[in-house]
Amino acid sequence: MYDIAIIGAGVVGGMLARALSAYDLSICILEKEHDAAAGTTCANSGIVHAGYDAPEGSLKARLNVQGSLMMERIAGELGVPYRRNGSLVIGFGEEDRETIRKLYLRGLSNGVSGMQILEGVRVQELEPDLSDCVTCALYAPSCAIICPYELAIAAVGNAMDNGAELFCNFEVKHIEKKEGVFEISSDTQSISAAYVVNAAGIHGDEVAAMAGDSSIRLRPRRGEYLLLDRECGSLVSHTIFRTPSERGKGILITPTVDGNLLLGPTSQDTEDKEDFSTTASGLERILALAGENLKSLPYNKVITSFCGLRAVGNTGDFILTSPMQGFVNAAGIESPGLSAAPAIAEYIVELLKKQGMRLRRKEDFQPIREPAYAFRNASPEEKNQWIRRDKSYGRVVCRCETVTEGEIIAAIRANPPARDLDGIKRRTRAQMGRCQGGFCMPYLAEILARELGIPYEAVTKSGAGSEICTGRTKEGSRE
Amino acid sequence: MTDLVIIGGGPAGMSAAVAAYESGVRDILMLERDEHLGGILQQCIHNGFGLHRFGEELTGPEYAWKYEKIIQELGIPVKYRTMVLSVTPGRIITAANEEEGIFSIQAGAVILCMGCRERPRGALNIAGTRPAGIYSAGTAQKLVNQKGCLPGREAVILGSGDIGLIMARRMTLEGARVKAVCELMPYSGGLARNIEQCLRDFNIPLLLSHTVVQIHGRKRIEGVTIAAVDENRKPLEDTREYIPCDTLLLSVGLIPENELSLMAGIEMDPVTGGALVDQDRQTSREGIFACGNVLHVHDLVDFVSQEAEIAGRSAAAYLERKPKPELSLSLAVDSRIRYTVPQRITRAEDFTVFFRVRDRYQNVRLNLLDRGNVIYTARKPRMTPGEMESIRMRKEFLHQGAELKLELEPEQKL
Amino acid sequence: MTERKITCIICPMGCSITVKSEGARITEISGNTCRRGAAYAEAEITHPERTLTTTMRCDNGERLPVKTDRPIPKEKMMDCMELIDSCTASLPVSIGDILLADVFGSNIVATANKQES
Repeated sequence: MYDIAIIGAGVVGGMLARALSAYDLSICILEKEHDAAAGTTCANSGIVHAGYDAPEGSLKARLNVQGSLMMERIAGELGVPYRRNGSLVIGFGEEDRETIRKLYLRGLSNGVSGMQILEGVRVQELEPDLSDCVTCALYAPSCAIICPYELAIAAVGNAMDNGAELFCNFEVKHIEKKEGVFEISSDTQSISAAYVVNAAGIHGDEVAAMAGDSSIRLRPRRGEYLLLDRECGSLVSHTIFRTPSERGKGILITPTVDGNLLLGPTSQDTEDKEDFSTTASGLERILALAGENLKSLPYNKVITSFCGLRAVGNTGDFILTSPMQGFVNAAGIESPGLSAAPAIAEYIVELLKKQGMRLRRKEDFQPIREPAYAFRNASPEEKNQWIRRDKSYGRVVCRCETVTEGEIIAAIRANPPARDLDGIKRRTRAQMGRCQGGFCMPYLAEILARELGIPYEAVTKSGAGSEICTGRTKEGSRE
Repeated sequence: MTDLVIIGGGPAGMSAAVAAYESGVRDILMLERDEHLGGILQQCIHNGFGLHRFGEELTGPEYAWKYEKIIQELGIPVKYRTMVLSVTPGRIITAANEEEGIFSIQAGAVILCMGCRERPRGALNIAGTRPAGIYSAGTAQKLVNQKGCLPGREAVILGSGDIGLIMARRMTLEGARVKAVCELMPYSGGLARNIEQCLRDFNIPLLLSHTVVQIHGRKRIEGVTIAAVDENRKPLEDTREYIPCDTLLLSVGLIPENELSLMAGIEMDPVTGGALVDQDRQTSREGIFACGNVLHVHDLVDFVSQEAEIAGRSAAAYLERKPKPELSLSLAVDSRIRYTVPQRITRAEDFTVFFRVRDRYQNVRLNLLDRGNVIYTARKPRMTPGEMESIRMRKEFLHQGAELKLELEPEQKL
Repeated sequence: MTERKITCIICPMGCSITVKSEGARITEISGNTCRRGAAYAEAEITHPERTLTTTMRCDNGERLPVKTDRPIPKEKMMDCMELIDSCTASLPVSIGDILLADVFGSNIVATANKQES
């Protein structure tokens, strides 16, 4: 029996597992996908918001500001790139100026520090490629960018390094409380735990209902994005938001920590929790809206598009509740969920403590996770040191992002292990560049097959059902 | 210091190496990222190569072997599994491999032969999901021909470029069913012979003016929605049709792989996506040459070899006597011509100008003008964007002050 | 008299050739730009042929590129594929080695060198 089971290995589940792994507890993380960080966490904006957006007094406001303050330290400990690039909410006229003033005041009351309202001329100095029509902006220097799935993977990995266990392909179907112990099962597996945290993202309402709490309803909200080539990564240096208005919240334009330019998201409610498809109209809308904010947009530099689902709760706020002894919900974690994640984890630890969980600090807790070595960021001397240690660090497999075979192998052997092509992509950036894996995919599959001890054709993109091939040639393929 | 460093051991690199050697260069080093020479030819197991060059029909590996054998015989050194990381304007090349780690070489001359890559799905902005089973045609070719894996059983192919057509046949021979080849344009970008022997032979429908508008399926692709497009290439809503399939192959264009050229500060041609070169295939950086698909995408490997020989010989001449440019002319084109290679001229001598047209034309008059006056005319029965055209430039046309322009006078547009 | 239009596959030019015939007798071939085109067009009418290129399984599990060393009857392509698929090449193999003799009037030859792994 585990002391605690965390359902969901996204950024909330990961941060919580890591926070709990500092204590003397047996922890398991149950993830329905083939890898950690494969749901909402892998498809969002990657912004650590300053915290002026959420209504005063809400959990969102409080935990956003608190999480944002914690994020730099945590990212540093986990070896995850974090860049405080500041944000600009840009306005185009008097009405926007009024809204910006309101945001500023709300930010002040939420405890956001360092904000300023800038005039158009100053905005142009900061961001010369923004439209000349920008008249003012709310500048928030504490806004930062981070890679959400890298953060979650690192958090899960750090928790695992400190003893937590990760079960992938464990889709929780049934939860039963017997004599104070929760039995949690999928179709094929079952575990028991004294405490359970529901961090199941978009499926949080279903998981809560399995435990008997039918008060939560989550509505998926689709958000489509476009990612542009690194050539465009310095088009803006701040994260640019449009002033929210009756026309909607607009879309953001931001550099990513990896040097690309990200545009999005659209915002569209849906019923389907598995609907990760982009739409022609959505992608067109992103380009149109981004185009309004910029002097010119390099339309032909799009390298990929994707769609994420946000879990919009029925309370308007994060749902951090305990409907029964030993069971805690972390549901409705929509924006600013990523920013708030470290604070959400602390909040839940407190909730668990109140429920009687015994928390005794481990002496050997290791909060530091060494960042994975990346050839592309290393100096020639470092590169040579690594190659001398293991020559596979001298074999560049991914041309576009210069990723070596050694890095791929390390990702397959690290916690949590990469076990498919998407997992390799999220950990090493191989396949993430401008050729999108066209060149390196067959090599990556070879390394995966060798390391996992499986046949080449059994390598998957993202777990069972996504095999790269349907079979071998010459071996019955022509029947 | 190495006299000549050749980056890439594909058809361009091999031909350039042999030509340079035959022109007297002895200190040559080839850098190849894969473990064998030949580049993409090794996965092009179909025939149709070498008719111009060798007067016989060869498969890709056979064509590669012709050159590989010579390189072995001449003893030209090749570093395999070696990725070039940067080239400086001063011709310092930094590369990495497993045995030597990171190392730098000062080269007397450099020939860039990095080839090209395929345009990926992302660049097309096709709506839908991102499941397994979507490959560029070349990746699928590698999987089938070199890895012995069949990507799927029921395929749709987007784009009728030659690799797409070849893969339609290849997948069919290995037991898959190719349900359609969709081509956005009203004509195929592939060779007529490939439409005949790769599609018609196997009754595979070629849907012109059609595109894939949506991809379906969560883990693995389950189908695509295709639609006809209007003359502005916009999909027509009422023509949407769902085709179940487990594979989508993309053959939607090739892009010269010029990351290294950009690092070397080489001036680029936005139309070809490759360097701007003179008749010697010398780039804007002295002593750095470019040839093959890294310079502009060719239809036939034979022409790649031919171009690489020019670069190889020119690099040899450069190493021997550092010739100074005699002229500084550029070659302008009218709106019917997409580009020429070379784009500029630095010496008065006879050479061939290669070019591509924008549309399909019949009974064309090709005029070479100097300051508005026609100085040469050639006639061609037809021209299409898919086929590289050429015209012979004569020494007597070339003098400082000439304002050369190439223009097309079609009798009719197809 | 019947008339058929054929796209020549002999070289990348892809000439459009017109073949006129009466019964089994070919009366006129036009549109070709070389003699090989005429021969192709004639064969295409009377007994269409294709060179088959594919791969063969090797004894180490890898695949080796192969081809028919001369064109085979077009309708036999799939039969030929089945024959090739039922064979295994013993490595090492040199380019040009005959792996399977006398199939549909042709030999199956290796188009690349391959060492034992």
